[in-house]
Amino acid sequence: MIKHSQLTEDAASFRHVVPAGDYFLHRIEAGQTLRILDLEGNQAADTLFYNADDPSERYSAMDTIREQGNVYLTAGTVLMSNENEPLLEIVADTCGRHDTLGGACATESNTVRYSLEKKCMHACRDSWMLAINQHEEYGLDKADITHNINFFMNVPITANGGLTFADGISDAGKYVELKALKNVLVLVSNCPQLNNPCNAYNPTPIEILVWN
Amino acid sequence: MSNVYMVGKPIYEDTLGGGCHWSMRVKKGTLLTLTDVKGGANVGMLFYNPYDLLEKYNAPDTLKCQHTFKLTRGHCLYSDMGRIFASIVEDDCGWHDTVCGNLNKNMLEKKWTLKTYQEAHNGWTQNGNDAFLVEFAKYGLNRKDMAANLNLFSQVVTDDEGNMRYVENASKAGDTITLRFEMDTLVIFHTCPHPLNSADEYPVRPVHYSIAQAKPVTDDDECKNKCSENQRGFKNNALYNFLNEPFPSSSASN
Repeated sequence: MIKHSQLTEDAASFRHVVPAGDYFLHRIEAGQTLRILDLEGNQAADTLFYNADDPSERYSAMDTIREQGNVYLTAGTVLMSNENEPLLEIVADTCGRHDTLGGACATESNTVRYSLEKKCMHACRDSWMLAINQHEEYGLDKADITHNINFFMNVPITANGGLTFADGISDAGKYVELKALKNVLVLVSNCPQLNNPCNAYNPTPIEILVWN
Repeated sequence: MSNVYMVGKPIYEDTLGGGCHWSMRVKKGTLLTLTDVKGGANVGMLFYNPYDLLEKYNAPDTLKCQHTFKLTRGHCLYSDMGRIFASIVEDDCGWHDTVCGNLNKNMLEKKWTLKTYQEAHNGWTQNGNDAFLVEFAKYGLNRKDMAANLNLFSQVVTDDEGNMRYVENASKAGDTITLRFEMDTLVIFHTCPHPLNSADEYPVRPVHYSIAQAKPVTDDDECKNKCSENQRGFKNNALYNFLNEPFPSSSASN
């Protein structure tokens, strides 16, 4: 569902551009609003959320899609935790549909999906592995790196149970906006994938904005 | 279980009642056949590498590597490390869910009458989340190690808009699914109801399971050749198993 935001970029309390292949790890207070902006279009933002006060409570794709009865995320979706409790709500979305079934790219899954020789190509999970080791203050480890959201990615299910990785439906300037219902950590990998159309074969920067 | 994939006869058989949980470490080359005894069963299942518990079943990789939303015969069940824990070599159901997760106690209470152990003893209404947590703790695992689990015998379909629908009693009495393990695996499973099951009362559905030795994987194996992704997955397993199994004694003497 397309829903525009009333917030203006001038009023944001925080702005940060994340180049493709980098990670972004930041604490968002309950009540703050987070926007992820697709600057140049067709760029996947692989995103995880944690309860900042106890990161073992975290975003759960299963609880989120089951509770809303729909596999796609958009405005109105409440992101649920592994305790089936609300963590954030999507309050605006100019893209209309986001994936949470396909997970993130990893060097190991790239060997299966593309070629054994591509195992050293950069992948989202490597960005997250670096994030957790460069930010020991959050106490995150590999077990915390789990089933994520792919903002701006389009992964339709076919009638007979197939899964297709379709061309993105995002475009330059499209965004998704979330209101934090608890204090949360957001961990984004701006996807470096070069082997499929999720980034239109050309990974580009995203911008993160926060409003109080 | 047919004889196509099995050496000899099953060496162990057991039945778990509905709402139960169990776990076991299985060797590479083990066949595990699960049977829905009365129809309408659900088996929540997760896999871990027993030697490195951080390697676990990964539903997103399993789905995207094989371009599928449903799981059935021919599909492989991948770890987050690009390896195959198990192949689905036989299946009567045609569609198993792996995206809906588990019931927890609060959800169960909204849906059905909660029966505590104090009230109901063995007739209590166990939930899948707690069932996994009990088995997890036996191996030093905790809620951080949870992942999207298999819900065997349960079918959830979607429409064009992505709306999900649980198919009531998708599995019939006597339906089976057979997994062939392609590496040593810690198997954790429960027989608690699927979280979208809307039966009037908490459904108690037993599941029979049997264990046998599998025949070696052949070059024309259906799961291995289902797609080029699975061929590469089997290559990853071959390297892993070479590096982690003892060398044959004949080569050790050279």
